[in-house]
Formats: sequence, structure tokens, C-alpha cells
Amino acid sequence: MRFIAMVHADERSEAGEMPTEQELAAMGAFNEELVKAGVMLAGEGLHPSSRGARVVHAAGGTTVLDGPFAETKELIAGFWLLEAKTYEEALEWLKRAPRPASGEFVIELRPVFEADDFGEAFTPELREQEERLRAQAERNSG
Amino acid sequence: MARPTGTSAPTPLATRRAVEAVWRIEAARLIAGLARLVRDVGQAEELAQDALVAALEQWPTDGVPDNPGAWLMAVAKRRAIDQIRRRERFERKREELGRDLDARPDSSEDDYAAVLDAAGGSIADDLLRLLFTACHPVLSTEARVALTLRVVGGLTTTEIARAFLVPEATVGQRIVRAKRTLARAGVAFEAPAGDELAARLPSVLEVVYLVFNEGYAATAGDDWMRPALCEDALRLGRILVGLMSDTSEVHGLVALMELQASRSRARTGPDGEPVLLLEQDRARWDQLLIRRGLAALARAEELGGGLGPYALQAAVAACHARARDAGQTDWPRIAALYGLLARVVPSPVVRLNRAVAVSMADGPTAGLALVDELREEPALRAYHLLPTVRGDLLAKLGRADEARAEFERAAELTANERERAVLRRRAETAAQA
Repeated sequence: MRFIAMVHADERSEAGEMPTEQELAAMGAFNEELVKAGVMLAGEGLHPSSRGARVVHAAGGTTVLDGPFAETKELIAGFWLLEAKTYEEALEWLKRAPRPASGEFVIELRPVFEADDFGEAFTPELREQEERLRAQAERNSG
Repeated sequence: MARPTGTSAPTPLATRRAVEAVWRIEAARLIAGLARLVRDVGQAEELAQDALVAALEQWPTDGVPDNPGAWLMAVAKRRAIDQIRRRERFERKREELGRDLDARPDSSEDDYAAVLDAAGGSIADDLLRLLFTACHPVLSTEARVALTLRVVGGLTTTEIARAFLVPEATVGQRIVRAKRTLARAGVAFEAPAGDELAARLPSVLEVVYLVFNEGYAATAGDDWMRPALCEDALRLGRILVGLMSDTSEVHGLVALMELQASRSRARTGPDGEPVLLLEQDRARWDQLLIRRGLAALARAEELGGGLGPYALQAAVAACHARARDAGQTDWPRIAALYGLLARVVPSPVVRLNRAVAVSMADGPTAGLALVDELREEPALRAYHLLPTVRGDLLAKLGRADEARAEFERAAELTANERERAVLRRRAETAAQA
């Protein structure tokens, strides 16, 4: 199962402050542990929202809002894409991420949709429609 | 809503799942570290199990400790020391470790643990030893698979049994017997070095690839534990890469698995029927796994020394992964790669694959000439793909009667009902042409 672990932004990351050498070393060691255990598929750190934008589509048209955005703690500063056996395992890995010297380091864990998850969304109506189409196709070819 | 750990009491089920998660993460390191102390994988696995049982008893009331791995190791180590003491093997152990404790005959448990800790070796070395011991050639392939998934993959006996569609007791038996075999054969807890490493690596890679294929062969209707074996194998492979990053073929195996896994979503149609590679919707291929696979293949090639069988198969898979649609496939390159593979692994099945690639690159006549060379091959006598391929090439050459005969023969040989129906239809179509 795949999971995305989103690192929330804070004042420092939004100010474009780089992590200290110590923080980088601790994060590097954690990443290495994830890679060596075979659970980390990808992971990146993001520039502050001042370097980003939001593209807003609406029925009336499309607008582009340039960053920075105000709600600092709701923003994303980085992510890991993990592959773990269970949700609990992914959670257990995140509990091992380095702790900050001060303030909070918030990581949000979310399961990624898998093909099977769409099984439920394939409603009886859709199934029926597909079967009708198939019957139609068979008549046409027969 | 935020729920900081420690402020709300987790349910027993939640704690059990957390313990299982810790086990999955820690099992290999725990067993490997313990095996270095007690010099016996079977005993190490039992000690780790006991620690797990202790965790299941204590954590629901005390909460999951801050460093669960260290907690499990401390409990297991204490038991290891108790056992060693009880069996009066302390003296021998001390000699083995080459530490002079004579000056302190009443050394405390802590001193003893410290001596064991100082006995040397990194976690990586221990894991490598564990992997090579679990995949030791004295064990049958089945035993190697079960033991590796258990001690390195951190799977429970129940999970292994469900994934391999065998009773749980069978898996339990396999593991017990494997541990006994290792003990009886006096297999040292060591990773081989030099030439022996090269000689024994294939038995490790084989186990990982076998686990992968078992998962890959699973169909959509199977219990999800079966397809999950692909992920377990990939994980084992990625761990192996971390331990043996300078070995080309290890990257080759991981490349092969990542590239094959990248197609898993496109391999079956809506009713679970298989979709052939060239007919798959390439938009459904997993681009992340493709990128990872291509990167692993590039590392295998950089390390040089000639590509091994896994890396060569990965190179073939990479040709498909790079083609935006089936028509852009680099068939001459695939044919050349199968030619190299046939030299490394002299197998008639590889030669048959090469014949198909040649027919795609140079036309059906060239392919048919190669297929005809295989007609007398005893290993392929009952292999339905030989007449299938031959029928396909004959049909393309307009030799309808011969093509029909080959498809009928293939239909008789296959064990798969769905495939038989497809082959019968092809026989009819050939006859009408």
C-alpha cells in the first residue's frame, strides 16, 4: 500500500530559511533508514509558497493566484511517498522522524488510492451500462 | 481532530496493530542482532518472538514505548542471557568472543550485555548474514522462501500461508524444519565472502524473485495477500540493494521487479482476463516504478562486469517501458538482448522468446527459422507456447492449414481453460483465412 506523508510548513520554511546542518543530518539519516528498509519510493522538499501559485478553475473562468499564502500551517513544505504493508506501519515509520529542537514538526499521513479502491465506485448502474454496451457490441459483430 | 499519542487510551486492537507494525519494521534487525549473539537463527527468531509476546502483553497497558525497537531488543537480550546462563554456555561464549572477563567473575548482566554489544559488526552486516543464512543452499527452495519472509520480511506464518495458498500448519512446519536443518548442518551465522559470495548470491536472488513471481501470478480475484507478495519481494530487493550496493546483479533484479510491477495495473481487463503486453493500455503503467526500474538498470550497467540474467531481462523490460506505444518497440535491441541472455542462461524458453523478438524485428520468416530449430527440443515438447508462436508465424505467412494445426495442438497442451478457448478461436480463424 502506498502512503503520502506531507510535511506541513511553518514560519521558518515559509520564510525560505534553510534547515540547520544538524537538522539536515538528522533528516538525511532518517531518509537513509527509510530507503534501506525499502519503504521510501520518493520524497522531496518544497520551496516556500511565495515561489508558488494556485490555479483556480471555476465555471466562469480560470484565475491564477500567486503566493505567498497566509494559512502557513495548512501549507505543505515537503512530502514522502512511502510503500508500507499497513497504515499502522506507515504511521510507525513517521513516528521515527527526527524531532525539532523547538516548535513543532507536523507530518500528515494519507493513504494513496489503489486500483482496488475504485471497485466500490464502480456502481451497479455503471456495471449495467457497461454490460448493455457489450451486448450491443456482440450483436453488431454477430 | 488531533489525537496526540498518550492522551487517549488506544483500543487493544489498535495496540495490536501497532505492535504488528513495529514487528514488521524491527523483526529483521532484531533477529539479525540476536543471531549474532546466540549464533543460531532459529534460536534468535524464538527470542524475538518471545519479546513480541511480551510487547503484546505489556504495551496495551503501558503504551507503545518511545523506542520500540530498543525495547524489544532489551527484552530479547535479557532472555538470551538467561538462556545462555541456564545452559551453562557462558564460558564458551566468553571464549568465542575473545574477551577476558576473568578479572570480573561476577560480572553483572549489564557487563555481559556490553560485551555482547562490543562483539562487533554493524546492523547491515548482521542483516546480510541473516539473509544469506535464511537462503542457505542446505535448505529447500520452499524452506528458504518461508524462512526469508518470516525473518527478513517480518511476515507472520498466517500471512505467508495465505499468500502461498497453503495451510498455516504447513508453513509453520517448513520454518521449524528449516531452522532444525540449519542447526543440524552447523551453518555458521556468516555472510560468504569473495568467490563464495558470488556462488551463493543466486540462491538469495532466486528466493526474492520467486516471491515476486508468486505475487505477479496472482489474479485479481485472489486474496490481497497474494498480490502483496510483489511488494514484499520489492522490499526485500530494495533492502538487498542497501546491503550490496556494489553488486550489479542485485540492481538488475530490482530493476526487473520494478519494471514488471509497473505494468501490474494494466495486466488484467475489467473481468480479470489477462491483457497481453502489446495490447496493454500504457497510460496505466506506473511511471514512478518505471523511473525507479530504469534508474536501477542504469546502476547495474554502470557497475559493469557484464549484465547477469536478471539485468538482461530488466533490459528487455526497459525496451517495452521506453516505448510510448507497442509500435515503437525496439525489437532489434530486444532480439539482441535475448541473444545475450541465451548465452548466460541456455534455456529453450529464452530461445523461443528470442525467436519472437526476431520475427518482430526481421519478419515472420526469420522468426520461424529459429522456432523450427526448437521443435525437437525435449524440454518444449509439452510447452503450449511453442505451437502458439509457430501457429502465429505460420498464419502471418499465409500458411493457414499448418497454422490451424499448430493452434489446435497448443489448445490441447495448455492447462488454462481461458487460454484454451482463445487458442481454439484462433484455430478457427486460421482455417477461415
